[in-house]
Amino acid sequence: MPRNLRARALVVLVVFLGSLWYLYPPKKAINLGLDLQGGIHLVLGVETDKHVASQTDRAAEDFKAALERRGIVAKRVAREGLAAFVAELASPQSWNDALTVAGEFQTFDRGNEDQAAGRFTMTMQSRVVARLRDDAVRQGVETIRNRVDQFGVAEPTITRQGDDRILIQLPGVQDPERAKALIGKTALLEFKLVDEKADAEAAVQGRVPEGDEVLYQRRVDKQTKVERKIPYVVNKRTLLTGAELTRAEVNADPNSPGNWQVAIEFTATGARIFGDITEQNVGRHLAIILDGVLQSAPRINERIPGGRAVITGQFSVDEARDLAIVLRAGALPAPVTVLEERTVGPSLGADSIRKGMIAIIASAIAVVLFMLFYYRLSGLIADVALVLNLIILLACMAAFGATLTLPGIAGIALTIGMAVDTNILIFERIREEMRVGKTARASIDAGFSRALRTIIDTHLTVMVTAAILYNFGTGAVKGFAVSLFVGLAASLFTAYFFTRLLFDVVYMGRRKVEAISI
Amino acid sequence: MIEIFRSPNYNFIGNRRWAYLLSGLITLIGVISLATQGLRYDIDFTGGTLVQVRFEKIPTVADIRKALTRIGMGEAIIQEFGSTNEFILRAPLAAASSEELTKKVEKALSEEPGLGKSEIRRVEFVGPQVGKELQWQAIYAVLFGLIGILLYIALRFDLKGGVAAVVAVFHDVIVCLGALSLMHREFSLPVLAALLTIIGYSVNDTIVAYDRLRENRGKTSARGRPFAAQMNDAVNQTLSRTVLTALTVFFSTAILLFFGGKTLEDFAFVLFVGVITGTYSTTYVAAALVVDWTLYVEGRMSARKKTVAKAGEARKIT
Repeated sequence: MPRNLRARALVVLVVFLGSLWYLYPPKKAINLGLDLQGGIHLVLGVETDKHVASQTDRAAEDFKAALERRGIVAKRVAREGLAAFVAELASPQSWNDALTVAGEFQTFDRGNEDQAAGRFTMTMQSRVVARLRDDAVRQGVETIRNRVDQFGVAEPTITRQGDDRILIQLPGVQDPERAKALIGKTALLEFKLVDEKADAEAAVQGRVPEGDEVLYQRRVDKQTKVERKIPYVVNKRTLLTGAELTRAEVNADPNSPGNWQVAIEFTATGARIFGDITEQNVGRHLAIILDGVLQSAPRINERIPGGRAVITGQFSVDEARDLAIVLRAGALPAPVTVLEERTVGPSLGADSIRKGMIAIIASAIAVVLFMLFYYRLSGLIADVALVLNLIILLACMAAFGATLTLPGIAGIALTIGMAVDTNILIFERIREEMRVGKTARASIDAGFSRALRTIIDTHLTVMVTAAILYNFGTGAVKGFAVSLFVGLAASLFTAYFFTRLLFDVVYMGRRKVEAISI
Repeated sequence: MIEIFRSPNYNFIGNRRWAYLLSGLITLIGVISLATQGLRYDIDFTGGTLVQVRFEKIPTVADIRKALTRIGMGEAIIQEFGSTNEFILRAPLAAASSEELTKKVEKALSEEPGLGKSEIRRVEFVGPQVGKELQWQAIYAVLFGLIGILLYIALRFDLKGGVAAVVAVFHDVIVCLGALSLMHREFSLPVLAALLTIIGYSVNDTIVAYDRLRENRGKTSARGRPFAAQMNDAVNQTLSRTVLTALTVFFSTAILLFFGGKTLEDFAFVLFVGVITGTYSTTYVAAALVVDWTLYVEGRMSARKKTVAKAGEARKIT
């Protein structure tokens, strides 16, 4: 009786039972990739530059306000580049006071001083810039996750990828266009005052009054479907944003049948600011702007105290519902662009899985029959080992939460090939030893120990390649690398423990062995 | 016991000069095809948009083209995919954003009178930035894969073996790429995965032969036997395993190629070609090169010994 037969049997048993445990229940155990079950794969690039620029803009505005509070008149406070702003004082006399104010802005460094001209530059510290960029991506992930959760997708994946990318995978989504619109919308809601004195015609031609900007409202004619763009001149200053929002609900627009509107409610702070704005500007028009597009500009008739407002536009019920979702979930800190998109319809996914499975089952059966035919009882042992190999492979994938993709299935097919090669190597070696005239037991011993050295070398090199693939590949290639790597590890395990164990049980018992069925 | 070979003793290594010629020729054809026709890259690498559509009844390419021309996409590549009622439409980059494009395509196809109902089954959009990155990733993956193999073999065996194995693998990669180019197949991410698998397979095969050579060299019977003969022995001794494994893998990939569906076809094609060239290159590129390299080094060493000996004799005479 060979040594530690029981111990080895125990190892195999533990691995086998552990694998079964991970694989139960089979439907839930293995995640299918988007190519197999249908869905959307999106890679978004976050324009972190814009976040840095807008934060610098905000700081410049705050700086100007801080100067004014001290009675310092600034000729100009304007952003320069991404993360710096220039301040130019009206008179050099206030230089020292201005420097005191500048000292309060601790995340900025003062430079380029020109006291005679009363000018200096404030540059955001690089670690602050880095933090802002990081925040933009992190908040982006959070916001998108919120939106997707409210949209209702089962088991979405929303993760950060690299420095400024967000990977989104939504399995089984039926309406990809809508989902994409929902995810990609910046959803920056702003309230600004319409400049009543300005001439819209002149502004469109480029004569925009100081401190104003031109925004457009889109109106689609119900009959002709022609889109019109109506220009509005509004104050650049943002009075209130969607950040101060607590609720957003959809209801029917009472004034325009067939259209829907979104009713919003502000936080306590938002409500106070909103009350002040409406009180101070009765009779003027308040522009409601979403992502730079003016939605509506209702006239303020009186002070609105409760912090409630309504966004009207030509919304369908789905559009209004999605708008409410994005408003509730909050704005993305920076705009995003689609870098990569893969959408697979559910019917195509089912087709691929069926064809892939048929091919794999067919090749597996062919291999199993061949081994049985060529190696007899030993072939049967190899086949049992092959099944165990597959069980371990699938269980590992379930345990790691790896996703099974189409190339992943191909990787499994390849693993079958390698696993069979392992057995062929061992068996051919045993045959060779028998030809030299060794006894059955000695042949098995020598065959295994010699073949195993080769097997370890071949497996390790291919595993090295698979690991490199995993590190340099994306999506499809990664899935392939995972199943190949895990499969080879399993193959190494079954060759070393399981096949040998079966041989020992069959041939190394107490009775005398005359011949090996190989 | 069924056996294909019983103690085979073919003269593989002796015929290596012919094999060099054959390898050179095939590689040359591959390189010429790559240079003249180039590789057709999938949008994974070029960037662009791909839309896969299934029609209820079999459409004509002309009708599809007509529909696409109306939305300014007359230049799009239209390709049958797997069956006669399924098509892939490809538009180069910057045509529009992917969502607009999909909508436009859907509308144009539904409005074209010659075409029946259609269903959009897949949309892929790869931005220019990502495409370029994937290109680099592909190059890095192959490069680092080769370096990893070189290091592993150089450590486990010797440098000669490592270099020869990498040359053999490189040969396989060129042959596979050449075959892709000749057959007008596409180079996509899954094809890259297949290529890397072939690298793995080819090395696996090579290592089996090296391992055997190393083992034999430790035996007394190997002493005094010429190196070329030792290598030939190793190849012969592993021959039945090589053929059996090559055949099983070959049939597995053949099944994948013919029944695996259109999405796996290019992938399976590379594996199919790769198994053949990978098996061949083990003997006729890797093993043959190690033999010639070793003979060259031995030749120089004995030549040096002779000159040293001659110089010694000459001194004695004078």
